[in-house]
Amino acid sequence: MKEIAKQIEARFLELGVKVQTGEIENKLEQLVNQYKVPPEEARRNVINSLLKKHNLQKSDFFTPRETPQVKASDIKQDGKWVTLRAKVVQLWDANQESISQVGLLGDESGTIKFTKWAKASALPTLEEGKCYIFKNITTSEWQGQFSVKINKTSEIIPISEDIEVGSTPTEFSGAIVDIQSGSGLIKRCPECNRALVKGACGEHGKVEGLYDLRVKAVMDDGERVQDILLNREITEALTGITLEKAKEMATEALDQAVVLDMIKNKLVGRYYVVAGAKLDRFILVETIRQDVKPIEEDIKRLLATSAAPIAQEA
Amino acid sequence: MAENNGFTREVAHRIFAAEFKEANMQVKEGSDQYSPQYLITPTGAKVNRVFIVGTLTEKEDVGSEAEFWRGRIVDPTGAFFVTAGQYQPEAAQVLSRTTPPEFVAVIGKPSTYTTKEGNVLTSIRAESMQVVDAATRDRWVVDAANHTTKRLEKLAGNEPNAVKAKEHYNTNAEAYKAMVTQALESVRAQ
Repeated sequence: MKEIAKQIEARFLELGVKVQTGEIENKLEQLVNQYKVPPEEARRNVINSLLKKHNLQKSDFFTPRETPQVKASDIKQDGKWVTLRAKVVQLWDANQESISQVGLLGDESGTIKFTKWAKASALPTLEEGKCYIFKNITTSEWQGQFSVKINKTSEIIPISEDIEVGSTPTEFSGAIVDIQSGSGLIKRCPECNRALVKGACGEHGKVEGLYDLRVKAVMDDGERVQDILLNREITEALTGITLEKAKEMATEALDQAVVLDMIKNKLVGRYYVVAGAKLDRFILVETIRQDVKPIEEDIKRLLATSAAPIAQEA
Repeated sequence: MAENNGFTREVAHRIFAAEFKEANMQVKEGSDQYSPQYLITPTGAKVNRVFIVGTLTEKEDVGSEAEFWRGRIVDPTGAFFVTAGQYQPEAAQVLSRTTPPEFVAVIGKPSTYTTKEGNVLTSIRAESMQVVDAATRDRWVVDAANHTTKRLEKLAGNEPNAVKAKEHYNTNAEAYKAMVTQALESVRAQ
């Protein structure tokens, strides 16, 4: 209670009004203990009555605080007010009336999803590839994933300099233990780029798909499992199968699955080191190479460990 | 990101043949008929999936109507039995077209079979199998040695799987250490 009272007093002092801590405390005390009002509500009540008494505007008390500037990768808490200096990496389709824009923001430290509410209509429309300072936006969390929301009190300031978007690079080494369905030669919807399932897009129904090549694989180091995603470029370089060749193979065999078989043949059971940005449960692979680190070192180390007696025998 | 609609893929454990052969302790998590089955090995690995690399030395189609392939895969410590039937078509196909000897990598599920005499035989039901090169095989031996060593270190501790393994097998850690050493030296000798 004392804490809250002190905070209120300090804030009023900043506005040039001297109030009595004791008076605040008494009022809080009364509301909370006698009238069973939750502390947060009591705080609000006290502040409002003081504002009225001293003829101040609510906006004077609440808004002028600058929200702390953070990096995208530092956002690890729900419900914080922050400022972000970032580039619009991608804009996605906003498929809800309450959302005006949705996509991915990035700064040097990494990327984060953003949602701009339709209510924030006074704000400028964001353009892909442009950089902005986003003031007064909130963080939120859903199933362990963080995002930022741009609301009507937020401020968007376009900046001319370019921000180099860093990916939060993750490395993983292990063996590829599975190639998942939906890998190999696939077709994508020309409208939304989604992979087609049985020639139909989840959003746009039956469409004339465009061919693409990709690999969704599972890596495993004996302790952890990691899903990885290889785009066309990486897939072509790693397997030596180009999109053109894949199409030829599929046409010749009258079956797209031959491409998948060939990919499995080349990748499953081998050790790789991958690096790339982590998105959801996937690593979007930027580099992948077969693990050729000399094993002699490991052998020496392990032999040394096993030569030592085991610490304790139960 | 442990939660993925309540489903997480089982890690593929690296186990040497000599240890896998000795494993006969099955546990089930939960009482549901769909709860996963695990095999606890003598060094305390709780296994629902394995990843092994070795030399395919023999293979045989033992099926009567449909094809049912059985292969023998050898690592520096012993041999694994691997099976692939009609429900593992990809692995069965690879096994049927591969001529031993050849280095192969297998990802599969452990399964046990109790004979009339009461002996428990372990085998691997292959989910997938691919022909690999000698370098991958050597790397696997080191990988398996690394994981086995880690498990042996934990065996002295109080982790539930380590405790269960010790109670059930009365594991001779020194013997398994010797197995690891021998496996590593065989790679080095080449």
